Amino acid sequence: MKKFLKRYLMVFLAIAGVGLFTLLNREAGLRAINITAYSFKEMALVLPPIFILLGLLDVWVPRETMVRYMGEGSGLKGIVLAILLGSAAAGPLYGAFPVAAVFMKKGVKFSNILIFIGAWSTTKIPMFLFEVASLGAKFAVTRLLVDIPGIIIIALLLAALIPKDKVRQLYENAEKMN
Amino acid sequence: MAEFLYIAAAVLFALSFFKDRKKTGMVLKKAWKAFEHILPEFLVIILLVGVMMALINPEVISKIIGVDSGWLGVVLAAVVGSITLIPGFIAFPTAAMLLEGGAGYMQIGAFVSTLMMVGVITFPVEAKYFGKKLTLYRNLMAFAFSFLVAYIIGLVVGGL
Repeated sequence: MKKFLKRYLMVFLAIAGVGLFTLLNREAGLRAINITAYSFKEMALVLPPIFILLGLLDVWVPRETMVRYMGEGSGLKGIVLAILLGSAAAGPLYGAFPVAAVFMKKGVKFSNILIFIGAWSTTKIPMFLFEVASLGAKFAVTRLLVDIPGIIIIALLLAALIPKDKVRQLYENAEKMN
Repeated sequence: MAEFLYIAAAVLFALSFFKDRKKTGMVLKKAWKAFEHILPEFLVIILLVGVMMALINPEVISKIIGVDSGWLGVVLAAVVGSITLIPGFIAFPTAAMLLEGGAGYMQIGAFVSTLMMVGVITFPVEAKYFGKKLTLYRNLMAFAFSFLVAYIIGLVVGGL
């Protein structure tokens, strides 16, 4: 119980903050509550299949398979898979991090995990279609074509910048999470 | 796309269930554990987003990144995109509205790019999995990269 309270302390503080905000500015506060309820619904709608897939991946796909397709030495195949998996996702970026943790556990190469995160953040297919509809094909396609190499370059730079033992530490940390 | 994910998850889950019930129980346990591990952060994020969205509405944003805001407008657009966290299906129509309202393509490019790639609010969640240093680097690089995106979009779409 004490552990629960400690873990959720920030949540209670945030709720209290929204309450205070509503007292100070009723209209804006109600708007904030409305938007929060909306985001909550969105989260409740999008996240369950992602976490079920994450669980299935964790339990059924052997580490060796993941290493073969996306681990060290997976080369271009690993990069393409990372982009495809990230792009097939739905939902906000923070949904990608728990998946990344399972990838770490399964021995996916660090730069491929970063590419996956990058793809999830910005080349998601449903979002792309929506972008085409709202801002036009020229806008969306230009952004996509700049983003794909950009994501890969950023991932490779990050992987090169972070020392190996630090990466190992992150992988060990992920091991504890699931 | 959420539908597609539901179908994929349902089919694979059913397959898992018929093949091995014990393992399927483990699947559920792992899914729940991974979710619960990050639930407090999720809840804080959506509460923060609620307050922020109540304060920063499309009118405010369009004032900041209007037509002749130039490079300063691009910088401001990138900053606004970085600190806000708006779901795509609200963000894109908003961006379209801003364009109609006179915002430039370059500014909108910067806004959309940082909106999706840079997450100030989600920093604590990201750091939980990737560490503070890497999270900082990734977000800084994505922020800088968004200016290149903005410039190219301005060039190609806006006819800069």
